[in-house]
Amino acid sequence: MRPSPFAYISVRSVDEALQALADYGEESKLLAGGLSLVPLLNVRQVRPRHVIDLGRVDELNYIRLQDGGLMIGALTRQRTVEDSMLVRDHCPLLYEAIKQIGYVRIRNQGTIGGAIVHADPLGELPAVAIAAGARLHVRGLRGDRVLDAVAFFTGGGTTALAHDELLLAVEFPAWVGSVGSRFREFSPGGSGYAIVGVAAMLSIDDAGLVQRIGLGLMGVADCPFDAAFAAAGLLHGRTPDAAVLTQAADAVATAITPNSDLKGSAAYRRHLARTLTEQTLKDAAGQARPYPMH
Amino acid sequence: MNTENAVMMTVNGNEVSRTIPARRSLAEFLREDLNLTGTHVGCEQGVCGACTVLLDGRSVPSCLVLASQADGCAVSTVEGMANGQDLHPIQQAFWQEHGLQCGFCTSGILMTVYEFLLRTHGPSEEEIRRTLAGNICRCTGYQNIVKAVMAADRMWER
Repeated sequence: MRPSPFAYISVRSVDEALQALADYGEESKLLAGGLSLVPLLNVRQVRPRHVIDLGRVDELNYIRLQDGGLMIGALTRQRTVEDSMLVRDHCPLLYEAIKQIGYVRIRNQGTIGGAIVHADPLGELPAVAIAAGARLHVRGLRGDRVLDAVAFFTGGGTTALAHDELLLAVEFPAWVGSVGSRFREFSPGGSGYAIVGVAAMLSIDDAGLVQRIGLGLMGVADCPFDAAFAAAGLLHGRTPDAAVLTQAADAVATAITPNSDLKGSAAYRRHLARTLTEQTLKDAAGQARPYPMH
Repeated sequence: MNTENAVMMTVNGNEVSRTIPARRSLAEFLREDLNLTGTHVGCEQGVCGACTVLLDGRSVPSCLVLASQADGCAVSTVEGMANGQDLHPIQQAFWQEHGLQCGFCTSGILMTVYEFLLRTHGPSEEEIRRTLAGNICRCTGYQNIVKAVMAADRMWER
């Protein structure tokens, strides 16, 4: 199938992009790498009259350190993030997860911002953003705002982004204390779309007690799922030993209400979520060390 | 509403310019506008890998990239691999090791392997298989493709 006809507008700056959004309104759609949008265009699930291509907005292509955390421009290619030593050192969770997105050709073209804005419930990057407590920097003609990832994903593939707004950057703030993280997903055959995935991050204070936990789950709801609420009560202020982490994974498995589909029943998804949560929490606790690592 | 726009790009070293519908994919542009039918279109969802081309040296699924997104870029397709009658070492290796049967997936695999071997010298079988997981071949069972990639790694001076 072919997309419905549209006009193509290539913009060179954030200002031009915001102006184009204002000019063309609700009938326009922003295009980043295109790997989420073009399939939707092809099956005519979306039929914009104007497609605004951000691919040449060079000011949104960067990875830099800011206040000890990472700031990544929304148009940065996933492959560039994967190859970045800054990312390896300062957000190992992101590095670990991004390698598991699709294939090389997908990460060559796909952008970090595009994957987050599309809020795919099976997407690696939304789960990581939730677990790492990412902050999403957004600009509209009415001004700038910064949103927490957990508040950004509002369910069913939607986000808190207004139509006339643009995601500028994704910030992965530094965590205090000893920090550990792990990402794991399960896909039949070991590649391609996962059934369930878990991004876990936790920090431990000087006394060896859990002081913060982030848990983002893929494939257990109609949106990227923040499961920290289910585990935080059990883990906070406790020593992260095996028994406590298993309890936390059980609590997460009880808190989710996955759907059944051809790839897995609700019971199977709950089983995977419990197992992967337990494994990732144990690995994260086991490798916790002062952040950032140098 | 103007649904057409002009694009100019370098394809296999040749500069081309056309006015095309904005909704045209890069794969369709290569095949229909430039008659470069070596790039094959399989699933049209970015999953099968048959349409893989290099865009500014990086492999992309040309079925999911609009031709307009490639405006101003350099595109390499399978047609640009051989030097006249001389096969590229990767092509030579696939020929020697019988790394293809029907050939539908081959052009996409060659582009994937080209990028992979440029970055990786002396890859393990495991690395090769992980790379090829993104290119679906329903004939060969992959054994000879893996052998061909190993041979290409040895034959290609890069």
